[in-house]
Amino acid sequence: MSELASESSVRTEAATEQAVAPVAGGEAVLEYTADEMMSVAAARALRDGAVCFVGIGLPSTAANLARRLHAPNLVLIYESGTLDTRPEELPLSIGDGILADSALTVVSVPEVFNYWLQPGRIDVGFLSGAQLDSYGNINTTVIGDYDEPSVRLPGSGGAPEIAASCGEVMIVMRHRLRAFVEGVDFITSVGHGSGPDDRRRLGLTGAGPLRVITDLGVLEPDPRTRELTLTGLHPGVTVEQVRAETGWPLTLSSEPLVSTPPPTSRELEVLRSLHTVGQ
Amino acid sequence: MAEIKTLTDAVAELVHDGDSVALEGFTHLIPFAAGHEIIRQRKKNLTLIRMTPDLIYDRMIGAGCASKLVFSWGGNPGVGSLHRMRDALSHSWPVPLEIEEHSHAGMANRYVAGASGLPFGVLRGYAGTDLPAHTTTISTVTCPFTGEQLAAVAALNPDVSIVHAQRADRAGNVQLWGITGVQKEAVLAAKRSLVTVEEIVDSLDPVPGAVLLPSWVVDAVAVAPGGAKPSYAHGYYERDNAAYRAWDAVSRDRETFSAWLEELVAP
Repeated sequence: MSELASESSVRTEAATEQAVAPVAGGEAVLEYTADEMMSVAAARALRDGAVCFVGIGLPSTAANLARRLHAPNLVLIYESGTLDTRPEELPLSIGDGILADSALTVVSVPEVFNYWLQPGRIDVGFLSGAQLDSYGNINTTVIGDYDEPSVRLPGSGGAPEIAASCGEVMIVMRHRLRAFVEGVDFITSVGHGSGPDDRRRLGLTGAGPLRVITDLGVLEPDPRTRELTLTGLHPGVTVEQVRAETGWPLTLSSEPLVSTPPPTSRELEVLRSLHTVGQ
Repeated sequence: MAEIKTLTDAVAELVHDGDSVALEGFTHLIPFAAGHEIIRQRKKNLTLIRMTPDLIYDRMIGAGCASKLVFSWGGNPGVGSLHRMRDALSHSWPVPLEIEEHSHAGMANRYVAGASGLPFGVLRGYAGTDLPAHTTTISTVTCPFTGEQLAAVAALNPDVSIVHAQRADRAGNVQLWGITGVQKEAVLAAKRSLVTVEEIVDSLDPVPGAVLLPSWVVDAVAVAPGGAKPSYAHGYYERDNAAYRAWDAVSRDRETFSAWLEELVAP
């Protein structure tokens, strides 16, 4: 469980858990894992020039990948106060020295939350979690009851305010039945609450999660109900597979499902060249 | 004025059983040496305050120093869980541990309020989350100008705050740089403060982005070279990521942890 504990404790090592059948990519036949597909899909979703608040683990991998591919002007901000950081290797924690060394500037922790995040100066918040529900609410606090949890997770960190105040939120998480649940055990970070208008009613200034990128496909909130619906599938994945790993009756988008193009050799090459500091 | 003391004397004089104690340092400059000294002096019944409890509080909790933890993210960054913290919460081992849980933004604003001499801090936060139902130091306040409802968090004013810095001068002025986290606020919010430093120098040459804590807001400065290891001191040594990974196995089991603890406190 611990490796799913929060955006700050998701493991970063190149995943090997699910080998995907080889897919023809141009001339060469490329082999890649479901985790690699997820990181590549998440990286592609970041537009160049966006200002991005990054959690450690999968979000950090994807953001650093994007910066080395199509988004060289992506501005990365970590909650330790490092603004516009350009690490050569992946940090293990949100406050590794490599983040400070390569930052445009380093600000205090009160400043990063009060001056940069809270007023809406960050376009994209990039989160993960242990549990996600059908409205994109995230749990990184406890599995089970708060006072007698079956699993105590690390807790909030910066996530609640990232989810509240970034222009939009992107979630990257492995798609597993135990994680994609009908209702989260604890709302650590609000997605779309319990439906339309909840964010406005709660005074949350950002648009909330507009995309959930998993190792199986892509989920997006229905424009009307705000419930997460399946909008895209990664190569070789079926709707049945996604439904089997989703704890609520997952509906399909009214638009045709988008097939994620498989990773290119360039994407895989850069992704595999990313190493965590000290590894 | 800060007095320059040994770490042993400074901890003995400033940290008392039952105190609320904040050891701050956001990944960087974590005051491990001071935390280990608190363990060696067998302090008890402390309320430990820290945004990211990290390995240092895992150790202090496992050693039985704490009866309460005030925090916002309790994990081993990039590695996994804090096993001693979890054992204390689930099985009261070695002693029961109460928690007071916040978000980072909430904790940061609690320190800011404490440093500012205000009873509470204001932020846009917590709305719609389950935390306010479990944490009495989170409430709401209505803006007197716009009528908007905002989150209010109680100020933090620790009995003692302890931070680690790169250096101090002989008068006890303290200079730290790199990721400076919430250390300035933690020291200014506290009733008493202790700063451990890598070295004491004749004069503090300016460093870009440095935080300067004047001698007259610090009670004691203690020289502790390497005092932030296995975290790091920017410009002195790097973070020992391997040690963070290795802690997972040491802390997972009470026996291996106890063996580690015995070695730490051995004379």
